[in-house]
Amino acid sequence: MDLVLILTLQGVVAIATILLFSIGLAIIFGMMRVINLAHGEFMMIGAYGAVKSHEAGLNLWVAMLVVAPLVAALFGLVVERVLIRHLYGRLIDTLLATWGLSLFTVGVVTMIFGNTTSGVPTPLGTLRIGDYGLGQYNLVIVGVTLLVLALVALVLKRTSAGVLARATMQNPEMIAALGYNPRRIYAATFAIGSGLAGLAGGLLAPLTGVIPAMGVAFVAKAFITVISGGAAVILGTGTAAAIYGVISQSVTYVSTSVIGEASLFLAAIILLRLLPNGFAGRFFKGGV
Amino acid sequence: MPQTFAPRHAGTLATSVLILGAAVVLPQTLGLFTLLQLTVYAVMAILALSLSITWGLGGVLCFGQAAFFGLGGYTYAVAVTNFGESTLPILLAVLVQALVALCLGWFMFMGRLSDLYVGVVTLCTSLILFNFANSTSDPWYRIGSAALNGFNGMPAIRGINIPFLPGALLSPVQSFVLTMLALLAVYLLCKTIAGSSWGRVVAATRQNPLRAELMGYDTARVKLGIFVIGSAVAGFAGCLFVNWNGFVSPDVFGLSMSAQIMIWMIVGGRETFVGPIVGAFALQALVSRLGVGSEINANVVLGGLLMIFVVLVPRGILPTVRDGLLSLGRKWGPGKTREVN
Repeated sequence: MDLVLILTLQGVVAIATILLFSIGLAIIFGMMRVINLAHGEFMMIGAYGAVKSHEAGLNLWVAMLVVAPLVAALFGLVVERVLIRHLYGRLIDTLLATWGLSLFTVGVVTMIFGNTTSGVPTPLGTLRIGDYGLGQYNLVIVGVTLLVLALVALVLKRTSAGVLARATMQNPEMIAALGYNPRRIYAATFAIGSGLAGLAGGLLAPLTGVIPAMGVAFVAKAFITVISGGAAVILGTGTAAAIYGVISQSVTYVSTSVIGEASLFLAAIILLRLLPNGFAGRFFKGGV
Repeated sequence: MPQTFAPRHAGTLATSVLILGAAVVLPQTLGLFTLLQLTVYAVMAILALSLSITWGLGGVLCFGQAAFFGLGGYTYAVAVTNFGESTLPILLAVLVQALVALCLGWFMFMGRLSDLYVGVVTLCTSLILFNFANSTSDPWYRIGSAALNGFNGMPAIRGINIPFLPGALLSPVQSFVLTMLALLAVYLLCKTIAGSSWGRVVAATRQNPLRAELMGYDTARVKLGIFVIGSAVAGFAGCLFVNWNGFVSPDVFGLSMSAQIMIWMIVGGRETFVGPIVGAFALQALVSRLGVGSEINANVVLGGLLMIFVVLVPRGILPTVRDGLLSLGRKWGPGKTREVN
């Protein structure tokens, strides 16, 4: 019984983690059709923001939940103005350019902070269920992920800014004709997506350790989750994250975590073959 | 719109002579260290050409070219350790990769996956191999007498010998000449494919799949064909790489491996076959120079270059320079210049 409970919880944590580090990418790809392979580096920037501000004496929670997303959003804003705005509508080129950005950022951060692991202590203790234990911090991640999802859904569905953003992605000319500036909306959307990546980086920093190349571990998984999700930011990505989380977690339980990760990629290959338009193309047409 | 990949006989001849000349002259003039470096550059140039076939000519966005490169290396390593002779292992490295690509390509192209999804599936394939190869450190994972050794890699792999003479291993200089000749052969293969009537169908499929399909060509089969050829060449490159290195580890499957091939292509010019060769040589020389006692991280330079090229010089160095020269020629040249395409 305890085992079932702990495995379920671990599954939920795995799904939430995947969702958390994919949602920023989902917004940037789903809404702007920009493939951001530097997504992992936005996370890394956020994580460094959290670690360095914590070292400077800031409260850990403020560092993770406020500083990390802000730093990454600022970075995203600069990147959008300098690089991404030249590339709208050129899907493959966004991918190549952000790949360059990823290498560039890793290099620069390595030059500044060195190629060493910095870390923050994992806050909170361990939750005991019978003979098993689970870090309470993992539950915080689940909570924050749910909060972020709800917030994103609310903004996109209910606020005029969200509707405007979605409209811009569908028809920028019409939005321009109505007197809004699509460039500004693109920039804001990209910054928000980057900020969410930074938040993920900050929150995962205590669990993964912070090194310049930490993004590599996430970018492929996030990319795959978002692409299999399709155009629906929340429903599609959520479904994909749930499936991949459950599969990789159960395979990890019966074998090793390396095989578990490989099984995630294998599941992705099969899923993409079966649903060539992602979940959104099949089940959630027009959803968010 | 200049016709890309068309067989410009003069240019092909010049490039071939250049490669051949380098293969003959350089061993006499350069030191062993430089030759060894040039050997691996040439191996990577072959790898760049393999992606040039798949992506440049065929338009198949393959993010996992490293999968075939690495698998080629592992195939060669396992086979040569078992056989103690390199002729059959080289053939295997090529054939196995063609077969793997056939299965994977069948799965992708007959399922009519979009370009982007093909990219993701190939990326996943290389990551699966990376994860798998990393987890084979248990001595249980062995093929014949060859243990895979997980993340430690397989050390002390036999090099290439003269066909069917196991005692006659190639010296480093001979390896250099062999690699250059292989580069020449692959380059000519690319040119031949692009110039053939089937190559034109491939180009047509890349440029406008719908139109090619409406004209009666089976585009899925065309893509499958070019994917298999490109992957087989990547496998060959992997085998040459292991011959140079004497060692193979899971890093050959890594994301950064796939990434740098694309960077070479973009910088050199993805619409040509010479461009990727130039890109591979130039960027590796740059990186190895930066690696020696420099403050600047090589990643910063590579990443910066990639961004600059995608935004400002999207066609790469060679096509841009060539078109620039041609338009200069038209402007300043004597009378009418011949239209080159």
